[in-house]
Amino acid sequence: MKNKHDSILKDEGPILKIEGLTVDFLSNDEPVRAVDKVSFHVNRGETLVILGESGSGKSVSTSTVMDLVDCPPGDIVGGSCLFDGTELSRLDAEGRRNINGRRIAMIFQDPLAYLNPVYTVGRQIAEVFESHDAAHGKQARANAIELLRRVGIPEPESRVDFYPHQFSGGQRQRVMIAMAIALKPDILIADEPTTALDVSVQAQILDLLRDLQRETGMALVMITHDLEVAASMADRIIVMNGGKIVESGLAQEVFSNPQHPYTRRLIAALPHGEAAETSHRRSTDLTGATLLKVEHLTKEYVLASGAFAGKRTFKAVDDVSFEVRKGETLGIVGESGSGKSSIARILLRLNDPSSGEAIYAGENIFEMSGKRLVAFRRKVQMVFQDPYGSMNPRMNVRSIISEPWAIHRDLLPRSKWKDRVAELLDMVGLRPEHAERYPHQFSGGQRQRIAIARALASEPELIVCDEAVSALDVSIQAQVIDLLADLRTRLGLSYIFITHDLPIVRHFADRILVMKQGKIVEEGPTSALFSAPRHEYTQSLLKAVPKPKWLTSTEAPPAVPGAPRPERSRNGSVAG
Amino acid sequence: MFSYIGRRASHSILSVIGLLTLVFFLTRLTGDPSALYLPLDATAEARAAFAKLNGLDQPIPWQFAEYLTDLLHLDFGQSLRQNRSAMEVALQAFPETLKLAFVAITLSTALAILVGSLAATRPGSLFDRIASIASLAGASAPDFWVAIVGILVFAVGLEILPTSGTGSWAHWIMPIFVLMLRPFGLLVQVVRGTMLSALASPYIKTARAKGLRRQTIIFGHALRNSLLPVVTVAGDLATSLVNGAVVVESIFGWPGIGKLMIDSIIQRDFAVVQSTILVTATAIFILNIAIDLLYAFLDPRIRY
Repeated sequence: MKNKHDSILKDEGPILKIEGLTVDFLSNDEPVRAVDKVSFHVNRGETLVILGESGSGKSVSTSTVMDLVDCPPGDIVGGSCLFDGTELSRLDAEGRRNINGRRIAMIFQDPLAYLNPVYTVGRQIAEVFESHDAAHGKQARANAIELLRRVGIPEPESRVDFYPHQFSGGQRQRVMIAMAIALKPDILIADEPTTALDVSVQAQILDLLRDLQRETGMALVMITHDLEVAASMADRIIVMNGGKIVESGLAQEVFSNPQHPYTRRLIAALPHGEAAETSHRRSTDLTGATLLKVEHLTKEYVLASGAFAGKRTFKAVDDVSFEVRKGETLGIVGESGSGKSSIARILLRLNDPSSGEAIYAGENIFEMSGKRLVAFRRKVQMVFQDPYGSMNPRMNVRSIISEPWAIHRDLLPRSKWKDRVAELLDMVGLRPEHAERYPHQFSGGQRQRIAIARALASEPELIVCDEAVSALDVSIQAQVIDLLADLRTRLGLSYIFITHDLPIVRHFADRILVMKQGKIVEEGPTSALFSAPRHEYTQSLLKAVPKPKWLTSTEAPPAVPGAPRPERSRNGSVAG
Repeated sequence: MFSYIGRRASHSILSVIGLLTLVFFLTRLTGDPSALYLPLDATAEARAAFAKLNGLDQPIPWQFAEYLTDLLHLDFGQSLRQNRSAMEVALQAFPETLKLAFVAITLSTALAILVGSLAATRPGSLFDRIASIASLAGASAPDFWVAIVGILVFAVGLEILPTSGTGSWAHWIMPIFVLMLRPFGLLVQVVRGTMLSALASPYIKTARAKGLRRQTIIFGHALRNSLLPVVTVAGDLATSLVNGAVVVESIFGWPGIGKLMIDSIIQRDFAVVQSTILVTATAIFILNIAIDLLYAFLDPRIRY
């Protein structure tokens, strides 16, 4: 396998070679080393994936290649970046300009923020041609339309004059890609290109990148924290942790036989896997009494009604019915806009429903008021996606966790608060001395633990987790889910676990509802749903979870050494 | 968009009517004009005749009703002082103020955008620090003091500029400079602040990754996104200048609407006071709509 790989690519040599790159970031106290003696190379036409969790230095090292690191606070201490025989660090502004956008291009995580909001997408694409004197005026515009068509924007002739905010998230990323491939660069650097996108859109974007790479023969450097995306794209892979490269090699070898303990931990945390039925995270006892019964829940929003348009309504939640039993985890899965978060907000009485009822322990939630509502809110708690945004930054952990006791006076006498906070912190895997710190002093995973401790403080029966682990790194995700599963067993909790990420709930949920456009399209026990999805939307969701490249590339069976992959040879002819 | 303008116009007409009502009654609190316009030893008959001629003998609510009726016929009253239509007097003075305001705001905005942008591209540099100090001083210096010191130094001392009045281009220099100071100072600070955050925004990274020229990045991408707050502040400052730069116009004897307003108040020339208010209020209303439309032009996400 290794020989084959080398034999195809050696003759051209690496297009980009980075050696001993070291970057510091200056802070108040002392410089923080973001990238530490990093060396790697990229060959023509290959896909190199740089895998790492947040803060591992993966983005900084590629930003250095594009000269996008601001100095200060950044400080490139040492190392060399050799691109096609040119030392990038010695380039002047004009030399740099000739490489950026023309020979190396980059796309970013959040296309809405990375596109200029005040210019049409056509203008922003045409600008690439004009600033590199490749085309001007009408020709540049025609090129822009052609590029939009190539990346799959429908009706490019009219959409070329639209502004970024008039596109969907996936389309915006397509626009970014169009901009990046405008001048057929040798290298495309993609920094978390699909992280902000729904899983089915993610699959489309990854397909597009693969197709474009095949057409133009460019090298693709892809930065991601998502192991599945990494596995589905990579020829070779580099794993970064704490600013250092801890492992590198052919993708399949790294995934099947990880050497470094960090890589092993990452891959062990990967929520997909064939032996899912043995999951220890699901609850064992599924015979509990019904805790919550939701019937015909509907939430309508009235859209802006013009003088001629009349009243238009939008059904965020459309006739949804389900049950949650005691000790059960119900997963609600859907893409953005499917209405899953609306359900959570309605059940907690943060929004009112348009119609329907929800019976909690024999009582209709929507008819509660006064003391009964307060008591209900104690029993049902919520953990939000962004623990940082949902905690008061000026309150320390102790006041955050003990606040429920100040609201529900009878829960715990003040004298016992301190001990209970320590106990709760211990329960979620934090230390008692953390109680005096403030939210910004914790990492994302720790903050989510604090949010869980706060939810537990009021001794709830049901916890609603709205994308509670979506913002966390994959190894942290696994820890938090383990914690939730453990607490369920020990405290007899029930969960409604809302997520867009199907693999996460596979091990954790007992039953799953799949939602689309406000409706439940499929409902069933987790194992049945994964093994035999009935609705085509569920099937498409499952299929959209990226599969490893070495399992899907049918054109090139890896068992035949020496045989060049068809896509590689086609590459060569296009590039040459 | 036209329905938006219509809506704004109808709101504005309401507030203009409220304003005129207030001004009408307040001016009449300043005293009786006949005390100013007739000789001290004028007979009671002469005073009565003067009052009758100018409609001042009626009860004030009646005068107000008459004033409103006249307004509907586009009759804005007679100036007591100049013995011609009050609106004519106001409209004669207004262009002088507009000229001054236009030049001062245009120059200071253009200058502030240049200085602020350059300061923001090199934060902490010598240029940035000088710009910060100069803009702070400009924003905080009282205009009447600068105007008087200016007259003392350049007109009385050096005798290179006229003390006051209009006529030659030299008459423009000091009023424009004094009027520019505050807008320039404030705008430099606004431009610098918004440019700093615009230059740190993700789409600037994209622009750099695309290999655009430095000027295109700064003035094409960053500045264009920073203009909204600048337009807000500049519009506000323009409003206060269109309103009549009372102090500066008075000190430099500039025959603008601010000077006319203050003179008419002192002279109890009620009809002229009311007309100047009507003219400036209308101008400010038009200016505000223009600013709103400019927003929508600058930022495609804003639609009315």
